[in-house]
Amino acid sequence: MDLKELYQDIILEHGKSPRNFGKCIGHNHEAKGYNPLCGDQVHIYLKLNEKKNVDELTFEGSGCAISMASTSIMTELVKGKSLEVAKKIISDFLNMIKSGSIITTKDLDEDQKTKIMSLSGVKQYPMRVKCATLSWHTLVSALDDKKVEVNTEKVD
Amino acid sequence: MNIENIKSQFPIFSKKINGKPLVYLDSSNSSQKPISVINRLGEFYKNEFSNIGRSIHSLSVNATNKFEETRMSVKDFINADSKDEIIFTKNATESINLVASTFGKQNIEKGDEILITELEHHSNYVPWHYLRESKGAVIKFAPIDDDGDIIISEFEKLITSKTKIVAVTHLSNVTGTIVPVKEIIDIAHKKKVPVLIDGCQSAPHIKIDVKDLDCDFYAISCHKVYGPTGVGVLYAKKEWLEKLPPYIGGGGMISEVDKDKISYAPLPEKYEAGTMPTAEIVAFNESIKFMKSIGIENLVNHERELTNYAIEKLKTINSVKIIGNPKNKAGVISFTIKGVHPHDIATILDEDGVAIRAGHHCCQILHQRLNLTATARASFGVYNTKEDIDILCKAILNCRKVFDLK
Repeated sequence: MDLKELYQDIILEHGKSPRNFGKCIGHNHEAKGYNPLCGDQVHIYLKLNEKKNVDELTFEGSGCAISMASTSIMTELVKGKSLEVAKKIISDFLNMIKSGSIITTKDLDEDQKTKIMSLSGVKQYPMRVKCATLSWHTLVSALDDKKVEVNTEKVD
Repeated sequence: MNIENIKSQFPIFSKKINGKPLVYLDSSNSSQKPISVINRLGEFYKNEFSNIGRSIHSLSVNATNKFEETRMSVKDFINADSKDEIIFTKNATESINLVASTFGKQNIEKGDEILITELEHHSNYVPWHYLRESKGAVIKFAPIDDDGDIIISEFEKLITSKTKIVAVTHLSNVTGTIVPVKEIIDIAHKKKVPVLIDGCQSAPHIKIDVKDLDCDFYAISCHKVYGPTGVGVLYAKKEWLEKLPPYIGGGGMISEVDKDKISYAPLPEKYEAGTMPTAEIVAFNESIKFMKSIGIENLVNHERELTNYAIEKLKTINSVKIIGNPKNKAGVISFTIKGVHPHDIATILDEDGVAIRAGHHCCQILHQRLNLTATARASFGVYNTKEDIDILCKAILNCRKVFDLK
C-alpha cells in the first residue's frame, strides 16, 4: 500500500495544525484516553446544551499524526451536532476503521465525508488502528459520563 | 570477519519486506536466528525427541544429555563455577521474577529497601513492585544524568542499612548505556548487599564473566542471543540457590514426596519444575556455538564500529536527535525526528523494509525522566552492516519528505 493513502495531505495538515485544541469554556462533560502501547494521551472537553446538542468540543493531548488528525477531524465533524447524530457519526467511523464499511450517516456534507474517509487508510495498518480510534472511544466516554479513563487495551 | 558470510547464515535476510530487502534494526527486541539453530530444532523433533530426566529409554537418555550439554555451554559462556548455578527459565523476565519471589519471600520485610535505577526495563521493576505490594517493601531509583549514565555517587548514597538487594541492568535497551556493573557490585558488596544484573540486553553484545563481576544473580533471555524463544537463563551463586526456597512447584523439582512432607531436588532441578522447552534448550547450544564461531571480541568490535558509524551519520541529519550520550555505548540508538512522531517513523521506515521499534520500549520511568512519551529505536545485531545504516538514514530523510517538512 502506498504511504500516501495513509498519510493523505488532509491528515498531515490536521496533524500539524489540529483544530479545536485546548480546553473549552463551560464544558460539562470530559473524559481522558490513554494508549499504553505508545503513550498517546487525549483529554476531551465537551459542552452539551439543554437540548442535548454538542455546543463545544475540544481536546488536549499528544500523539502521532494519525491520532492528532483523527481527533482534530472528529471535533470538527461532531461539533454542532445533536447527541443522537454524534453517536451515529462515531459508530460509522469505528465501523469504517474496523471493517471497512462505508459512511452511511446523512448528517455529514460532502466535504465532511471526504475528511472522515481520509482516515480509512488506517485499516490497512492494524498496528495503527488504535492511534485513530483512541479519541473516538474517549468521546463516547465523555458523552456517557463514564468517569473512567479510556484505555486502548481495554476497548474493542 | 566476513560479515556477508554471517548474514548468509540467517535465512530471513533472503525475504523481502514490502518488496524491499529486510533491514532488521530491532535486535534489542529479539534477534534473528541462524540456520544452525533453526535446523537443530527441526532435527531434534524429527530424530531425537523425548522428554528428559526420568525415563530409562535411549531416546530420553540422549535428550537429557543434549539438554545438559547446553547447560554446560551456558556455564562456560558466562564463566560460572558450576553447572548447578545455571537455571533454565522461560526468559529473563521469569529469571528476575524467580529471584524477586524467592528472595523476597525469605529476606524482605516491611520497610526494607530494594534499589534499582531509572534505566530499568519494566521486567526489572514490576517483579520488585510485587514485593512493594505484598510485603510493604520500598523501591528506590538510582538517578541517571542527562547522558543516560547512572550517577554512581548518588547510587552509593541510596544504599542504606535497610537495602536488601540491588537490581540493575547491564545494558540499557533505550540509551545503549553499558552500565559499570562491576563497580556497582563492588559498592553494594562492601555494604553486604547482593546484586542482580539484568543481562537481557548485554548477553548478545558484550563479554559476560559472572565470576569476574562477582554478581549474585544474572538474568538472560536466549531469544535475544540468536536463540529460540521460550528459553531464559538465571545464573545465581550456588549459595543463594541452596538457601532460597523453590519457585514453581511440580514434577521434576522434588526429591521425596509424602502425604505430610515434601523434600526438594538438588540443584539445578530444584528450580526447574515441569517439562521444560527441551528442544529449544537443546537448540540454544547452537546459538552459543554461533557466537563462539564469530568470537565475542570480533562481535563487540563489529557492533562498536557500526554504532559509531550510525551515530556519525545520524548526526548529519539536522532533524534527528539521539537520546542519551553515555560514556560507554552499545548498538542501541534511540532517536526522535523533529515534526514526526515515533509511531509514524516506524510505519514510514517499514515501507522501506526497515524494521525499528517505536514507543517507550517498556521503560516508562526512563522516558518520564527524559521528558519523552515515545522514541524510535534502531538496535543492531551481528548481521547488520554499514549499508543497513545507510538505508536507515535514507528512510529517515523520507519521513520528513512524507510529512512535507524541509
